[in-house]
Amino acid sequence: MRTRKLAALAAIGALALGACGTEDGDGGDGNGNGAPEFEAGTTMAELSEAGTIRVGTKYDQNGFGLVNLDGVPEGFDVEIAKIIATELGIPEDGIVWSEAPSAVREEVLERDEVDIVVATYTINDERKERIDFAGPYYIAGQHIMVAADDDSITGPESFQDGEKTVCSVQGSTPSENIRPFLANEDEQLVLFDVYSRCADALTAGDVDAVTTDNVILLGFIADDPEAFKLVEEGTFTDEPYGIGVQKGDDEFRSFINDVLEEIVADGRYNEAWDATAGQFDPNPPTPPTVDRY
Amino acid sequence: MDVILNNRDAFFSGFLLTLQLCVLAGVGSLLLGTVLAVLRISPVPPLRWLGTSYVNVFRNVPLTVVFFFVVFALPTIGVRADFLQIPGLDQVFTRLGIQLPYFRMAIFALMLYTAAFVCEALRSGVNAVPPGQAEAARSIGLTFTQNVRHVVLPQAWKAAVVPLGSVIIAMIKNSALAGFFGLTGDLSATFQQLVSARGQAAIPVFLAVAAGFLVLTIPLGLVLDQVERRQAVTR
Repeated sequence: MRTRKLAALAAIGALALGACGTEDGDGGDGNGNGAPEFEAGTTMAELSEAGTIRVGTKYDQNGFGLVNLDGVPEGFDVEIAKIIATELGIPEDGIVWSEAPSAVREEVLERDEVDIVVATYTINDERKERIDFAGPYYIAGQHIMVAADDDSITGPESFQDGEKTVCSVQGSTPSENIRPFLANEDEQLVLFDVYSRCADALTAGDVDAVTTDNVILLGFIADDPEAFKLVEEGTFTDEPYGIGVQKGDDEFRSFINDVLEEIVADGRYNEAWDATAGQFDPNPPTPPTVDRY
Repeated sequence: MDVILNNRDAFFSGFLLTLQLCVLAGVGSLLLGTVLAVLRISPVPPLRWLGTSYVNVFRNVPLTVVFFFVVFALPTIGVRADFLQIPGLDQVFTRLGIQLPYFRMAIFALMLYTAAFVCEALRSGVNAVPPGQAEAARSIGLTFTQNVRHVVLPQAWKAAVVPLGSVIIAMIKNSALAGFFGLTGDLSATFQQLVSARGQAAIPVFLAVAAGFLVLTIPLGLVLDQVERRQAVTR
């Protein structure tokens, strides 16, 4: 914290000295060539001056945030974080990655252990009480995966006759979302601790389908496109993914929103998608409008 | 308190399912354990070896590993505990007959594991029967089966009641693992669902689930005390 304060002071000093000269310089839309300028005292100025940003992301989410064998995270979330860093004038080696599993994402922001969280992070009102969200930058949704040769399940309604069985993870939101579609929970629902067990059960023929966010299912299909496929009907819930920032930092939030709008316009959004999650999903996502609440 | 009242249906059905699981796995373990104990005291060496190997394997492997084996490994060779779809019984315990195999698998895993302990508890009871009893039975011409059936086991049961009670109580608590191996709706799965997915306060839910297990175990302990007291009178 102390170093951050010092860095902030240094940033203010530097800005005060150089403000006149660079008024019309790179501005906020710098692409990493020149150091972008930010209003003194803002988080952007602090981070830009320090040349480093702490990012929390998933380490186990194929396509969005997955640590490779060299220990470097890869994925769509990771690319988005890199773009934000670039826009702040921070080089790639200035990014400090840390793992942000679902359960601790609010906490690491509240305790100031990270500056932003980009971690398949669904925006909702409960979370907004503790932190703030920029974005959304992607709309995920609950989907259903079946064996590649199974056409009998077309969507959640296919479970209403009480015949087909479905697998999800204990204590997860998808497991609650699918319950209303089931005629008989006892006979149709199987819950394991991780989704890979569900995929195994689907392979073994013990269950007929697996349901959770499309993003996770795409990871399984990417691993074994011969064995699995998504059902015809699209997603049946909306999970808008946002970027978590500390509560009340409206300037930083609106800066990230600007960046998101910009990269959608200039094509970097699609590039990032194609290079990562897009490899598993033939349909490019429609970038959602950011929510400047 | 509201948390418990609002979800009382979930707790109650969870309790009923755990109760069913425990009754079936308990009966199964006692039967299998008795067979194993007979194997271990039988006069035929290969049968003795079989019983001893079984006990050594299943008493020394963690229950989680047994569950993994039954739920994830056996299905790959086509074994899904289907022999537990017993006609008639599946009318009372409806979960036995359904397509999803995880209830049957949970019974099977608990049975395999607990039977090893039942066997050893019974064998301790057999050891407590004075050797003169079996010798006398043999001397009047009883076969091994008659000897075990009419002389040794009835006396062994009495001495084994206390350790058997501990084994069954341990099994009831072990049954909480089933909720983590595909079984939906038992007490431990109910805990997961209420706390993680529905965001209910963890402590009241935990207390209610713990109370559900106590309702199963404490009366069982009391009954066993009664049995033990009656047995003391007859001696």
